[in-house]
Amino acid sequence: MTLLQKILGAAAACALSAGAALANPGLVIDMGGKFDKSFNEAAWNGAERWKRETGGSYRDIEMQDEAQREQFVRRMAEAGSNPIVVLGFQNMATLEVVAPDYPETTFALIDGVVDLPNVRSIIFAEHEGSYLVGMLAALASKTGTVGFVGGMDVPLIRKFACGYAQGVKAVNPDARIIANFTGSTPAAWNDPVRGGEIAKSQISQGADVVYAAAGGTGIGVLQAAADAGVYSIGVDSNQNHLHPGSVLTSMLKRVDNATYEVFMAGPAVETGIVVMGLANGGVDYALDEHNAALISAEMQAAVDAAKAEIIAGTRMVHDYMSDDTCPALTF
Amino acid sequence: MQPLPKWADATLVPLLSILIAFAISGVVILAIGKDPVEATKVMVTGALGSTYGWGYTLYYATSFTFTGLAVAVAFHAGLFNIGGEGQATLGGLGVALVLLHMAWPHWSLALLAAMAGAMAFGAAWALLPAWLQARRGSHIVITTIMFNFIAAALLNYILVNVLRPTGQMDPATARFAADLALPKLHEMLGWLGIPFARRTPANLGLVVALAAAVLVWGLLWHTRLGFQLRAFGKSEPAARYAGISPVRVTLYAMLISGALAGLMAVNTVMGEQQRLVMNAAGGAGFIGIAVALMGRSHPLGVVLAALLFGFLYQGGAEMAIWMQIPRELIVVIQALVILFTGALDNMVRMPVAWAFRLLRGGR
Repeated sequence: MTLLQKILGAAAACALSAGAALANPGLVIDMGGKFDKSFNEAAWNGAERWKRETGGSYRDIEMQDEAQREQFVRRMAEAGSNPIVVLGFQNMATLEVVAPDYPETTFALIDGVVDLPNVRSIIFAEHEGSYLVGMLAALASKTGTVGFVGGMDVPLIRKFACGYAQGVKAVNPDARIIANFTGSTPAAWNDPVRGGEIAKSQISQGADVVYAAAGGTGIGVLQAAADAGVYSIGVDSNQNHLHPGSVLTSMLKRVDNATYEVFMAGPAVETGIVVMGLANGGVDYALDEHNAALISAEMQAAVDAAKAEIIAGTRMVHDYMSDDTCPALTF
Repeated sequence: MQPLPKWADATLVPLLSILIAFAISGVVILAIGKDPVEATKVMVTGALGSTYGWGYTLYYATSFTFTGLAVAVAFHAGLFNIGGEGQATLGGLGVALVLLHMAWPHWSLALLAAMAGAMAFGAAWALLPAWLQARRGSHIVITTIMFNFIAAALLNYILVNVLRPTGQMDPATARFAADLALPKLHEMLGWLGIPFARRTPANLGLVVALAAAVLVWGLLWHTRLGFQLRAFGKSEPAARYAGISPVRVTLYAMLISGALAGLMAVNTVMGEQQRLVMNAAGGAGFIGIAVALMGRSHPLGVVLAALLFGFLYQGGAEMAIWMQIPRELIVVIQALVILFTGALDNMVRMPVAWAFRLLRGGR
């Protein structure tokens, strides 16, 4: 029994020191790594913003292995972090198992839904934001052909592609959409060279606007488009400033805001499903001084009208995830 | 020059290599402004200081034992199987298909079937590179590397388009039936009355891995096929002259190797994840190469080296949690160990041999 007692003792010590630390928030980063220039980094930026503004401190951890999902979330909870923001749909299964064991801890899952009383499930309406940038792509295109470069061929990225294709077709029903994926291993999220090659291939097939939804790979896509003198569209963060005059716009997915809000609210943060869509600024298209010259007044009027209709519910954008099909694009 | 005594070759050289690797890691940790003594303490207590830590260490070690044995068997036949990752991935598919599409009355029957599925799929994935090597002379290193990517793409396609339940965001299969879960280590030890931390992923796969190590030992040194494998690996012309068919040996070696790599899925997919996810092999196929190198391709050495890498994995994770050391640095430490035990072997071996010569001369 001595070993068991030791473990129990250690757990109790952890719990005590946790109480003393007065519940700092925690951030569990999935396997893509903290500095992926995209999804994970956005969450980290939100956490850093909270740190700057409040002077508080938080604990973060990056996973390396499938078996660490449960381990790290449990460890974070045992270390007394509260609330804990967990990134990535891969962790739905993790929280389903772990969250019930720590009823006093509030978890926030980004990109997935877990129906438990102490979990805040934050999902983004990526299809709506992608629809708007799709419209802009079709309005800016002269050839009637536009490109899409995804990271891995996973349902989430199909959701991006499907929304984009619907936006394109809404403006120009005859438009051709070339959709490619970068690879089949997680390396596909961070392979700018291959992203650039795919973009060049799409450009040679006539595409004059290319939308990248591929994490760090997108950097290469934007570069290739700038080199070829055509337009590109960034994703997640505002990437307009990377190549002013070439980046037409960016599809904003405010993972940073979602993280920041949870950290700000603390352990008492509201649980349940939170949809970050066009209506509450969770997704949007980016307009700033770097692309103001590229978006004409007519383009902006058309997109803003569509945005208002989507928010009002009079214009429907099909969500790929609802039935695994896409009316505007075949995979 | 006299060769090293056997014990020094088997224990002293690897131990010194590890010590040097840890010393350099200590310098690296110091350079980023953390305390190396504290880091070592966290690593050792985190991985070995509690049954909780042991549970994770043994879980990782189990996976690495399978892939290490896979690489070792191929090594003995002079074949460098870098495809353990792909073969383990396919093994996972074999396990998932067996568990999802058939009803099993008891987990023990399901385990036997899952093992058969994992071995069959892993071996099948090694068959084509083996055949190309044996018949066409396409180099096995190149073909097995390429087959890793094909395996990843295949699994990706199957998970996203075939096995994923409709509307599920995560590209993964449905969960297997709960009563098919393998007994965890704490349950098994509980039957013996030994208390062990719950909620660790170590499971019955550990026993399967140890059994596999014994079987591989028997195969290599106590069967005709094992003799043929080793003879072929030592000298192909001599083996050919002795009437050993190179095609047959190459195929058998790679089929056994692939089956062993595939078996890893019993530990991960059936024992821990309870469903098939993308990237389920998680790099264990590549770690297996380092494990086999370090274990001198002997099953006992492989088990010990797997334990060391399990310790590095779990200790590294604890270090990342409690000391906020970035995970890239953990990878650096793991890489240093691989570098010193694998690539820079002679750097340690030669001074050791020299020291032994001095000792003998002095006598």
